[in-house]
Amino acid sequence: MLGIGWALRRVIRSSDDFFLSGRSIPAWIAGLAFISANLGAQEVIGMAASGAKYGIMTSHFYWVGAMPAMVFVGLFMMPFYYGSRARSVPEYLKLRFDEKTRALNAVTFAVMTIFSSGISMYALAKLFELVLGWSFHGSIILSAVIVLIYIFLGGLTSAIYNEVLQFFLIVLGFLPLVLLGLKDVGGWHGLTAKLATVATNSGFAPGAWTHSWTYMDAPSHNPMGIEWFGLVMGLGFALSFGYWCTDFLVVQRAMAAGSMTAARRTPLYAAIPKMLMPALVILPGMLAIGLHASRGGFLPLGSDGQPNYNLAIPMMLAHYLPSGLLGLGLTALMASFMSGMAGNVTAFNSVWTYDIYQTHIRPGQTDAHYLRVGHAATVFGIAASVVAAYSATRFNNILDMLQLVFSFVNGPLFATFLLGMFWRRTTSHGAFYGLLTGTITAALHYGLTLPRGVAPGIHGGFLGAVLHTYPSEMALNFWTALFAWTGCFVATLLISLFTKRTKTDDELRGLVYSLTPRIQEGYMPWYKRPVTLAVGILVAATVLNIIFW
Amino acid sequence: MNLDVRFPIGGMFSIVGAILTIYGIFSSPAIYEKSLGINVNFWWGLVLLVFGLVMLGLAFRALRAKPPISGE
Repeated sequence: MLGIGWALRRVIRSSDDFFLSGRSIPAWIAGLAFISANLGAQEVIGMAASGAKYGIMTSHFYWVGAMPAMVFVGLFMMPFYYGSRARSVPEYLKLRFDEKTRALNAVTFAVMTIFSSGISMYALAKLFELVLGWSFHGSIILSAVIVLIYIFLGGLTSAIYNEVLQFFLIVLGFLPLVLLGLKDVGGWHGLTAKLATVATNSGFAPGAWTHSWTYMDAPSHNPMGIEWFGLVMGLGFALSFGYWCTDFLVVQRAMAAGSMTAARRTPLYAAIPKMLMPALVILPGMLAIGLHASRGGFLPLGSDGQPNYNLAIPMMLAHYLPSGLLGLGLTALMASFMSGMAGNVTAFNSVWTYDIYQTHIRPGQTDAHYLRVGHAATVFGIAASVVAAYSATRFNNILDMLQLVFSFVNGPLFATFLLGMFWRRTTSHGAFYGLLTGTITAALHYGLTLPRGVAPGIHGGFLGAVLHTYPSEMALNFWTALFAWTGCFVATLLISLFTKRTKTDDELRGLVYSLTPRIQEGYMPWYKRPVTLAVGILVAATVLNIIFW
Repeated sequence: MNLDVRFPIGGMFSIVGAILTIYGIFSSPAIYEKSLGINVNFWWGLVLLVFGLVMLGLAFRALRAKPPISGE
């Protein structure tokens, strides 16, 4: 089964010169690549882990977080990205502000890619440990070697093609798992009954795992430990908008689209399958914790005595799928790990080589020189990912760790983008020191607060004093993002008011909303306009929220 | 040459689906104890096969309808 996957990938790789030669691609393909770039190991393993740990409240990542953010990207942000022809976030920051803002963002972005790739590596190693029976250390080395070979063989050259294929592979590989699991527990009602036991055992109301909003009046009433304000502002606003608007791994996919309209439709088309994804990635986690409670120990326990939620998907695969279909499921998982790691390491390589090394350390060298630096960066990136993978072993839910990283990087960056794109008075100094303030605010908040039940250290509280204790890691992440966003927003605003503009209106044309010509869409019939699609998506997301209220 | 992405997707799922279906017919029923006694290899193999063939069909139809022009 794995062999077939590999053989086909080779055939496909040779045939996609079409994308590389800059031909336009239709919006639906870009849309699937867009969502697939996000459907990495973190998504599959992390969302299932959160489904087990936090229940249906995990769906807020989709129906409160991703939906409005993806609509916002499509309607408001895409015109600047597509129009400015910037190829990366740091490059946009250079055009809009200056070199130092670009450098700061390049550094934080590089750190983020290393953590993302390390988290994927951890998940892949866990899978090898389970399937091959190797030790964790051996499995990590195996994963690192595989990624290294994959990248040097040119694994990412056919990114968009592979991603569309991978999207279908994951959906069709995991669907039978969900169907079998649901049938086994007796449908949604059977699952509700099982999860009621889970909830009461943890000291919550019986419906805490199966209602997304009902128990959000106070942090102590729900497993995520957050009330509606922290969730809507922290996750819905700061984290989700930050991620979808500024993570270029994802945004870049839309830039490959054939026209401005197609680029704007890309995130909107992507939002439709994205909306249904909870059934595929959160539900298996809820099923796993249901089985864990009723059979006593379905998930292995970690060193902290808690179940290792990260193993929800691998355990479910091994439990329900016979040989044959199991191969398909594992192939789907591996594909997502591989692209998750390779995508991040490649992004690290390009940010380091072009945005940091070429610009600030040694400009004006030959292409061959930069190519060698790029290769060295890839090797370094993988080595650093190994370190990050070991730090991931300290988290029983990789999504907790991933959102922590995002809260440092994407949270403040979104404030910079918001001000930069919609307020022409924003200055370069304002952006740079604002971004710095935001990142430092995140570090202070993380260093001075702690989730309940863990020792100070990698989970927070390392600055000596613990000023506040959150009920869960995720609650801490949401508030870190919100603090970071606010810190960056206020600092950028104040500093901009007291410093002089360095760019004229002319230089900012196409980079700032008020200086960019409006897009004319009046010639399209109303049902074809992006706005119509956007409204439809938001209505559907609202309906889903009400169904699972 | 402009290759429709539906060709490789359709091709891959047709092959994988066919293999799973055949495996489902010839494998021993004992392995389906895990999957609640359902021969999931056979049935899901069929689903994949149909999906793959539909993709291939759409791709061929688009190819025949007009010379391939991508974009909107």
